Amino acid sequence: MSGYWLIALGAVPLVGALVVAGLPTGKDLLAKQIALGTSLVALVIAIIAAAQFKPNGARFQGNLSWTWISSFGVHFAVGVDGIALVLVLLIGVLVPVVVIASWNDETPGNRSPRAFFGWLLVLEVMMVGVFVATDVFLFYVFFEAMLVPMYFLIGSYGGPRRQYAAMKFFLYSLLGGLIMLAAVITLYFASPEHTFAFMKLVGTVQPGYQKLLFFGFFIAFAIKAPLVPFHTWLPDAGAEAPIGGAVLLVGVLDKVGTFGFLRYCLPLFPEASRYFAPMVLILSVIGIIYGAIVAVGQRDMKRLVAYTSIAHFGFIGLGIFAFTTQGGSGAVLYMVNHGLSTGMLFIVVGILITRGKSRLIGDYGGVANVTPWLSGVFLFAGLSSLALPGLSTFVSEFLTLVGTFTTHKVYASIATVGMIFAALYVLWMYQRLFHGPQGEKVGKWRDLSGREAWAVGPLLVLIVFLGVYPKPILSVINPAVKATMHDVGKHDPAPTAGSAAK
Amino acid sequence: MTFSAADMAPIHAPSISYAALSPMLIMLGVACAGVLIEAFAPRDWRARIQVPLALAGCVAALVAVVLIRNKHLTTAAGAIAVDGPTLFIEGTLAALGIVSVLLVSERSLDTAGSALVASAAVAVGSSRDRAQATTTRVQTEAYPLVTFALSGMMLFPASNNLLVMFVSLEVLSLPLYLLTGLARRRRLLSQEAAVKYFLLGAFASAFFLYGLAMLYGYAGTVDLHGIFTASAGSDKGDSLLLLGFGLLVVGLLFKGSIAPFHTWTPDVYQGAPTPITGFMASCTKIAAFGALLRVFYVAFSSTTWDWRPIMYGVAIISSLVGAVLGLTQTDVKRLLAYSSIAHAGFLVVGVMALSSAGLSSTLFYLVTYSFSTLGAFAVVTLVRNSAGEATHLSQWAGLAKRSPLVAGIFTVFLLSFAGVPLTSGFIGKFVIFRAGVDAGLGPLVVIVLVASAIAAFFYLRIVVLMYFSDPPEDGPTVAVPSWATQIALAITTLVTIFLGIVPQPILDVADKAAHFVS
Repeated sequence: MSGYWLIALGAVPLVGALVVAGLPTGKDLLAKQIALGTSLVALVIAIIAAAQFKPNGARFQGNLSWTWISSFGVHFAVGVDGIALVLVLLIGVLVPVVVIASWNDETPGNRSPRAFFGWLLVLEVMMVGVFVATDVFLFYVFFEAMLVPMYFLIGSYGGPRRQYAAMKFFLYSLLGGLIMLAAVITLYFASPEHTFAFMKLVGTVQPGYQKLLFFGFFIAFAIKAPLVPFHTWLPDAGAEAPIGGAVLLVGVLDKVGTFGFLRYCLPLFPEASRYFAPMVLILSVIGIIYGAIVAVGQRDMKRLVAYTSIAHFGFIGLGIFAFTTQGGSGAVLYMVNHGLSTGMLFIVVGILITRGKSRLIGDYGGVANVTPWLSGVFLFAGLSSLALPGLSTFVSEFLTLVGTFTTHKVYASIATVGMIFAALYVLWMYQRLFHGPQGEKVGKWRDLSGREAWAVGPLLVLIVFLGVYPKPILSVINPAVKATMHDVGKHDPAPTAGSAAK
Repeated sequence: MTFSAADMAPIHAPSISYAALSPMLIMLGVACAGVLIEAFAPRDWRARIQVPLALAGCVAALVAVVLIRNKHLTTAAGAIAVDGPTLFIEGTLAALGIVSVLLVSERSLDTAGSALVASAAVAVGSSRDRAQATTTRVQTEAYPLVTFALSGMMLFPASNNLLVMFVSLEVLSLPLYLLTGLARRRRLLSQEAAVKYFLLGAFASAFFLYGLAMLYGYAGTVDLHGIFTASAGSDKGDSLLLLGFGLLVVGLLFKGSIAPFHTWTPDVYQGAPTPITGFMASCTKIAAFGALLRVFYVAFSSTTWDWRPIMYGVAIISSLVGAVLGLTQTDVKRLLAYSSIAHAGFLVVGVMALSSAGLSSTLFYLVTYSFSTLGAFAVVTLVRNSAGEATHLSQWAGLAKRSPLVAGIFTVFLLSFAGVPLTSGFIGKFVIFRAGVDAGLGPLVVIVLVASAIAAFFYLRIVVLMYFSDPPEDGPTVAVPSWATQIALAITTLVTIFLGIVPQPILDVADKAAHFVS
């Protein structure tokens, strides 16, 4: 595939954002149309790039590199492996969905929705940049710059405590980012190659530096992902962010953390990864159980969804640090599916909130009688979140647990308990919202509108499709995960039964 | 290396390479001419002559720096060194001088026509003072003072000899003391700031002079290279050397507003007229760090083990004091003052690296920091209410609704201070911490990075205020400035963004400049 597709993928939303920024005040509808148009063009480009990607070809494809700052040996270098490719596709799908879902959002204090869609497109540029960068410095630049659009999305368009949430989000991420900056600088000196090019760095980092550098990167990614105990910003940010922002925050931004583990921590610092793996596994298991239990107790729907994500990120962490191909592939597939299913859950929660004007579960009840379609879609999103067999999330959760079980039986067993809690928080929330006596506020609400159906429809189709037939995604992911496991020096234990997803 | 003809003169006869000194000579000439104009030109003509003259002086100095960019020599019997760092700093100062003069010359913001008082000597609260509060008479003595200060700043980092360094320290300081007291509004605050700055500054100069005497006693010379030779491999008792070094550095740390010698900074920054504050915050910082660099790299590079622990502490204290105390500030100017203290701490890391990477990174950081700072203070001049500038943070709430452009520009500067990528501040932090890590200062770099994360909190607090809060009912207005401030803002914003995306040209210049003549 040609790397210029990747450049175009970043350039198209950038141009869209600049055009939106240049629009005169009042042209809100035009801004929305431009945002939708450019994000759809970006989706088409992402699909073309994916179609040209050869799953069994080179590990990185579409490589392009230009010297950016020669004094530090920094290149503007792009390229994707299978893992980055599927995440770029996820961005391509989610951004137009978010644009449609946010089309009629009310903005606090009558702020111009124009800027909202402008920042959304800027965010798309940064997110694409993070995943396609193959230069550690360039990755860092996008990793940090990505905070700015999300900060404005939360702070300007969020809920009542948006200022607090935006600030907390930014500071947490910036602290992690600055610690990572120290590690990025040291990385340059820690390798005899003296470069930031990822492919040249693999396998050359001196053992004496590895633990320190791993830790520097790990903190930043653990905050971003977030792993317990670095998670406290997510419930606030997720609850206060506007629905569109929350979908991208939990659906894509947080994936940068787990992507970072796979792309940077494991291949660059294999010895340190093996050394720290037990710690990360324990944190992941704690996250699965803790996130799920706390989610059960939430009264605020958006906070609940945010806490479920903490549990899900525990599964992803488990899959990555189990060091098996199944676990790794499961984790990557989990990242994609979690983006789809939690994105959908956030969107339907948002639809419900526009009807009821409240985030509290207690304000609802018996909504299914009024809006049967919405109720059905909500149930579907919830079931996909608890990994119902037949839906895509089941495949990934199953693969992750199987992959972990072959090497760490105890952790996998404890994590399985998390699935029971998942059923509890999803079904109990659904029951309180849609069944039982009708809530006082619940009135003659409109059922799912055409626009809303267009926002959730594509996600629904994808979740079912990938649940039945995950092969197209897995065949792209598997070689990249295998290469990563090779870098970290781990080989799968000999299977006792037929291996899944081959 | 090319040497000028003047360099070939016999060694025993002191010779002066006028070409190499041309930037500072131009500034001094302009300053003297400015004084003559004050004395002889009719009042109506003064502003019309002074502003173009000062601007032309800065431009001419900049051109002169470009013309002699490859000079690498000492002149005036080794008292003045004209080398890469000197020329780099002179060029930066000349460029910042242009922006500063533009800000000082702004006449359409204040209803009285200028940010500077008509007659500074009138007692505050007297009837004459009330009369002058409404006058639209504009004084122009600020321009020769600014150009005098600039010429002192150019000589300060070029001094290869502690006596010359002391003289230039005074040349740059005295006009600044005066300028601090010239604010048109809030006269008492301004006068208090001037007196405070003067008294503490005089103390610091005395420390410097005392240290100079000690070092002379130790080395028998005030020449920086002479001190280096005397201390390298010497078996003399070094108590005089350490005492002299300590006292000398106190004077320099004071000028650079580096903690623990920073206490004057918030008061003076707050009291001084804002264009002057911007000038001080950017240009004085550059000059002070230029001198620090020369003293450490030329005179004390052989006694690293003696001063490294002290400077280690200074870097930590300065970055933490600036970051933590900045959190509690409610006034924009005081907040920017604490930010300047924190950034001074980051800069010390580059000074301590004691390598050519450390030198070039410090020079680069100075450029990025000073342009953003000057721009930030330029924005402060725009936000006004009936009593003048509205510097209390609560009045900045919802500024983005009143003026998205001004809020956007200020946000660029704040993100640059916070070190967010794609702004110049990020590249500055990267180069300086990279040099620190390379020089084995890894733990210090991590501490300083944590401090910069703390500092990011108060930068973001302003962004939160401007964008996410609703404006107060009697909030300030954003005044529309004349072309002078518009150009100043355009230059500083463009530099901040440009150096964040395409830093290579200036990095190359800084790398090339990173050699001291010995």
